[in-house]
Amino acid sequence: MSTFAEILLNGVSLGSVYALIALGFVVIFRATEVVNFAHASLLLAGGYVTATLHDDLGFWPALLVGIAGAALVGAAVEFLVMRRYRGSDHSVLAIVTIGVDILLTTELTRRIGTDVLALGDPWGDAVLALGPISLAHTRIAAFVAAALLITAFLLAFRYTSWGVSMRAAAESAETAALMGVRLGRVSLGAWAVAGGLAAVAALFLTVFPTPGLERATSLAALKAFPAAILGGLDSTTGALVGGLLVGVTESLATGYQSDLTFLGRGLGDLAPYLVMVAILLIRPAGLFGTKEPARV
Amino acid sequence: MSEALLRPLRAVPARLYVWAAGTVLLLALPFYLDRFWLQAGLFAMAAAIGAIGINLLTGATGQLSMGHAFFLAVGAYGYCVFAADGGDGGGGGDGLTGLGLPTWLAAVLAVLVAGVAGGLFSPISGRLSGAYLGIATLALVFIGQHVMFNAHDLTGGANGRDVPPLSLFGLTFDDRELLVAAVPFGSAEKLWYAGLVLLLAGALFARGVLRGRPGRAMNAIRDHRIAAGVLGVPVARHRAAVFVLSSMYAGLAGVLLALVFQRTVPDYFGIVLSLEYLAMIVIGGLGSVAGAVAGAVFVSLLPQLLTRYSDALPLVSAPGTGGIAPGEASRYLYGAAVVLVVLFLPGGLVRVAAGRRVTTHPGEER
Repeated sequence: MSTFAEILLNGVSLGSVYALIALGFVVIFRATEVVNFAHASLLLAGGYVTATLHDDLGFWPALLVGIAGAALVGAAVEFLVMRRYRGSDHSVLAIVTIGVDILLTTELTRRIGTDVLALGDPWGDAVLALGPISLAHTRIAAFVAAALLITAFLLAFRYTSWGVSMRAAAESAETAALMGVRLGRVSLGAWAVAGGLAAVAALFLTVFPTPGLERATSLAALKAFPAAILGGLDSTTGALVGGLLVGVTESLATGYQSDLTFLGRGLGDLAPYLVMVAILLIRPAGLFGTKEPARV
Repeated sequence: MSEALLRPLRAVPARLYVWAAGTVLLLALPFYLDRFWLQAGLFAMAAAIGAIGINLLTGATGQLSMGHAFFLAVGAYGYCVFAADGGDGGGGGDGLTGLGLPTWLAAVLAVLVAGVAGGLFSPISGRLSGAYLGIATLALVFIGQHVMFNAHDLTGGANGRDVPPLSLFGLTFDDRELLVAAVPFGSAEKLWYAGLVLLLAGALFARGVLRGRPGRAMNAIRDHRIAAGVLGVPVARHRAAVFVLSSMYAGLAGVLLALVFQRTVPDYFGIVLSLEYLAMIVIGGLGSVAGAVAGAVFVSLLPQLLTRYSDALPLVSAPGTGGIAPGEASRYLYGAAVVLVVLFLPGGLVRVAAGRRVTTHPGEER
């Protein structure tokens, strides 16, 4: 029973990190209707900046620079690429983000090479023991940080004028523009926020028990895609629930791996995708996604 | 268009000459090129077949797929499993499952199995649209990787398995040399012709699909799903059917790739491969057969060219020497090409080659 609780708590913590990534993804989708396939490379960029700077600056400043760096990369992608597209077809823009992803990922993986970079976090491999349950400090920090950020984001989304203009743009871009919402700024802001959230997630995807930032980190970041889509691409609640679901499933599949050997090794990495397929079979629009209304 | 109608007597023969010259050139190449270039050409042909398939899906129907690496793998491994001798027969040395069927039958069955795999995904491929489907199909790549690494009896695990050479009408496409007009023909030379035939057949079939009723229906679904439905196009069925057809093309490409490589390894069929195929069709031109072929040639020959001439090129150096390796350099180039083509050349390379001016709204160009 205590192992189960441990696995579950670890899963929730991991899930909250996925939720952070998925949230950024959903924010971009809501503000601009673009499915951003370059999201994993934004995450890698944030992690890489933090990893290279923490020796010189210390951890916290390096993390801040990393967040700012990823936000800047996101904003630059929006400003230099997305904004240049004059057509109206958003699935073509999704393909552009694939091109951006190829560029960014190639550059970052070339820089990282075969190294495993530490991010210099202060938690190390310390473990907190609560009776029979032991939890790594990093996992607790991940959950707390994700919960704080998500709450702050949702409050901002609801109450600040930035949030209102973003929701207005998501509702109807044309009307919002006529009401004086500057769509360019909204989408620039969305990309920057998504980049920043991804950089925080990069930190928690690479701390203990994972070895550190490496090429394969972008594959871990990809798991936020199923999280976003099984929750419903246009729903922030969906991103949170999807993230948690994916995290817990992955954690359970990894934790009970020894009982599931007939399914092969490495099942944990596969579990998020299996959950996604199962949910899409029943609800094609995701758990919380709005079913596209058909207007003619 | 109207110009072409006004001078049909001059325009048509010119086209014919180009086609004839191209055919003669392609048929003659194995007599002159060395093995390296023939293999590069074969990769391009296999990629072209796969790209035609994914262009039917993504370009013509507007359904994104990031899972095509999976169907390529199904084709490649399917061929191995059907064609290899069983381990218990004593002949097959690697002890992996093999049905020992005639190799041509194995190739056909492998393509069919890829189609069935695509059909099994139809509850999702029929209902999801565009980029949603793109994310959903990511699952296929990871499921495929998992199976390839774990189903050891079928796939040989991480080490992969050997590909039995194809034999057709008593001719075996292996390295036993055959002298044709004083030129020794190895596997690459023989496969070259098989690849040409398959590519031509695939291209003609896809062109037929695109020009006929199904093609109209597919474009209608891409441009306006609801209007297509109102006009009586069964949207879900068409989406699922195109997905199946597209996976069969990928399966065929997988079979050809396996025959060229002579060994299949799971690492090759990863997410990068799927992205490469998407890059091909975007660069070449979405929605057309010629675009798929042009893009496939560009994307698959680029790394080969850079590898061959890495000494002569600035910035590019051999892998492991600290500079930009040829593989990375080519990824930079086609990544940038994807972005630039979508932004500045809607319609891709074929549109430029055709010299047509873009007059419609870029959003409708696809």
